[in-house]
Amino acid sequence: MSNKKVSRRQFLNYTLTGVGGFMAASILMPMIRFAIDPALQAKAEGDFILTSQKIDELTDVPVRVDFSYEQVDAWYKSEVSEMAWVYKEGDKIIALSPVCKHLGCTVNWEGGEHKNEYFCACHAGRYEKNGKNIAGTPPTGPLDQYEVSEKDGYLMLGKKIPNTLA
Amino acid sequence: MRKLYDWVDERLDITPIWRDIADHEVPEHVNPAHHFSAFVYCFGGLTFFITVIQILSGMFLTMYYVPDVENAWKSVYYLQNEVAFGEIVRGMHHWGASLVIVMMFLHTLRVFFTGSYKKPRELNWIVGVLIFCVMLGLGFTGYLLPWDMKALFATKVGLEIAGSVPFIGDLIKVLLAGDDTIIGAQTLTRFFAIHVFFLPAALFVLLAVHFIMIRRQGISGPL
Repeated sequence: MSNKKVSRRQFLNYTLTGVGGFMAASILMPMIRFAIDPALQAKAEGDFILTSQKIDELTDVPVRVDFSYEQVDAWYKSEVSEMAWVYKEGDKIIALSPVCKHLGCTVNWEGGEHKNEYFCACHAGRYEKNGKNIAGTPPTGPLDQYEVSEKDGYLMLGKKIPNTLA
Repeated sequence: MRKLYDWVDERLDITPIWRDIADHEVPEHVNPAHHFSAFVYCFGGLTFFITVIQILSGMFLTMYYVPDVENAWKSVYYLQNEVAFGEIVRGMHHWGASLVIVMMFLHTLRVFFTGSYKKPRELNWIVGVLIFCVMLGLGFTGYLLPWDMKALFATKVGLEIAGSVPFIGDLIKVLLAGDDTIIGAQTLTRFFAIHVFFLPAALFVLLAVHFIMIRRQGISGPL
């Protein structure tokens, strides 16, 4: 060891800081872990939700499909309603989220008299039929897409994924 | 660290501030290293230490708790069983609440039996008694918040006792419960507000006065 002597004052400083730090940590650690728990909770896998939309009634014109599911928000369970714009492209079913990529308002098919486009009333954002945002309008990306599936001829919607078409 | 401290100290001269708070003599008769029996002088500090834990754990508990008849119990159940360390944090607040009363009582006994309440420290004794009342109030109002059967009936009893005060009893009861007959939604929100805002505010002021007085007058002499 070095020949540096630890003075009595230094020794006491180190011990008290150590013990005090240990005590403070053992008090604060559970509280901080408790507080940051929402960021560390395991993400729930998105299940497919059955809608009342018959697959063979879909055309190449987007229609509004409403659906609802039970949302568990900690101690509060509620029925949440959402909707999607759904159309057929050949055999493929495309379901787009109506949440505008600008600031989260809801877009409407052919809203505001914009033919063959989705229109967001908040800041006049516009998207093509496949969700691609039209340059020169506020949105910075294409509309999100839903995973789709079917059951007994009815449409099922899964979790939101980034747009794969635009 | 040292450099940062010096940088701030050079500009704001903070050394005298913390020296004034932390750097003072501990007389021999209150130092357990000299006389082990002097540990009785620790109870005041321990009361404060647990109070700090109560404030911290309480702050964190309000991240999940809701003071509403529909959701209070459910939110407590959720934070205790579903949130990591919820049992620990609520446990700290639950056990600390009892422990703080015990420590405060022991501190009161020590002050009583060492005669420290005598002249010139009468005012500090009075402030101490007020702190005692605030602490009991915190215990009483906090007891209702989990909104389970025990909480409900304990509060019924407490409100009946409050109602038995001569002349103004009924008024106190209505003001605490928020309703003539129902112990419910308004009682819970009132108790929450009192527990989380009003009494802690009073407690901080009283503690500050308590500590300023003890620093001004010093610890009472040996027996």
